Amino acid sequence: MNLDLSFFNWAVVSSFLLKGLYFSVFLTVVATLGGIFFGTLLALMRLSGKKWLDVPAAIYVNGMRSIPLVMVILWFFLLVPNIIGRPIGPEYSAIITFVAFEAAYFSEIMRAGIQSIPRGQVFAGMAVGMTYGQNMKLVILPQAFRNMLPVLLTQTIILFQDTSLVYAIGAYDLFKGFDTAGKNFGRPEEAYLMAAVVYFVLCYSLSWLVKRLHKKIAIIR
Amino acid sequence: MGNWDWQVFLQDPGGKIPTYWQWLVSAWGWTVSVSLCSLVVALLLGSLVGVIRTLPDSPWLVRFGNAWVELFRNVPLLVQIFLWYHVVPKLFPVMAGLPPFILVVFALGFFTSARIAEQLRSGIQALPKGQRYAGMAMGFTTPQYYRYVILPMAYRIIIPPLTSESMNIFKNSSVAFAVSIPEMIQFAMQAGEETARVTEMYMAVTVLYVISAMVINRIMAWVEKKVRVPGFVVAGTGGGH
Repeated sequence: MNLDLSFFNWAVVSSFLLKGLYFSVFLTVVATLGGIFFGTLLALMRLSGKKWLDVPAAIYVNGMRSIPLVMVILWFFLLVPNIIGRPIGPEYSAIITFVAFEAAYFSEIMRAGIQSIPRGQVFAGMAVGMTYGQNMKLVILPQAFRNMLPVLLTQTIILFQDTSLVYAIGAYDLFKGFDTAGKNFGRPEEAYLMAAVVYFVLCYSLSWLVKRLHKKIAIIR
Repeated sequence: MGNWDWQVFLQDPGGKIPTYWQWLVSAWGWTVSVSLCSLVVALLLGSLVGVIRTLPDSPWLVRFGNAWVELFRNVPLLVQIFLWYHVVPKLFPVMAGLPPFILVVFALGFFTSARIAEQLRSGIQALPKGQRYAGMAMGFTTPQYYRYVILPMAYRIIIPPLTSESMNIFKNSSVAFAVSIPEMIQFAMQAGEETARVTEMYMAVTVLYVISAMVINRIMAWVEKKVRVPGFVVAGTGGGH
């Protein structure tokens, strides 16, 4: 079989791919920020030492982590319109799903990060009279974030790859863009190959950057 | 929502399979067989690639191993499955006759092999260098000291990450829905649409995924206990003394 990549011109990129790329990046950024925010809350609940906070958070995190992402995407697409009482598009559903799903994964990273801070730091904060909240905000979380930054960013790269799974509910992401372009021009094989190349270049460069950042942080510390 | 109707599983989907619950069991069978076959492929390839990334004095083999890991780690699984299913048979006519099941097993197996290779490499490198030198000093050839000295310990070290990877493979097998493998996600979508009882179908499938993950977890815990070397503290697992 002969590969013919000639149909990939600027018109195809601008009319099929950019819209998808924009959504994939947007979804990744929102899910990362939202996931870190709610993930930190979940991690604090689990580390609070209070059963009524710890147990629900543990059930949520372990539940999310034992179900395939595709299943979670389908569940939210089914349930969210029922809960809020009106239909929403696959794109909005995907955003809510990814924030909720990634929060579980980010919470495990944050928990490990918080636990990596030496106990002495916690006691030092208490000794100067800080409340629990102040201690977390001013002493522990800044250090935990810094220790966890490379892992958080690696998770973000995985998250970017996982956004392709919104295919299950027909949301228009980068992969869907390639899929549609390939089908429209009768060249699906070339489109899938190009999709692989584009994802590879993006993810490989990002992970290279993370590696460099990791080295930089390691030297300062 | 609200009123559940579990008797929907006794209805006839109108095909070869007499009831929905039997269809669900068959879908579970597909999920399990895709996962287990992929796990075998991933373990074989991942071990091979993981080992060659740690070979001394073979820079090109190490580079090949590194390239393998980067390649399969930086492309989304969904895209890889589409490549194996749609592109590989067209590019390589030899593979044109292969059933979709085999292609998906290759896709998931190669994808996971990169992760296992990475774990095995770090497991091997976590061993004290002296073990390798001891093997060399005994006059073992390279394959011999890998077989008798390094790998037995390295595999024990990586049992915890292998456990989560085996559970991941079950979860990742769900992506095969995209290329019409009749596994559980495919079942949930089709049966949900046919019966309009989507919640019941999703619930059944979700429960089966959780059960599968728990069974794998127990099996791996049993393996870990079975192969434990008395007195050897595995690095980074928090166990031991």
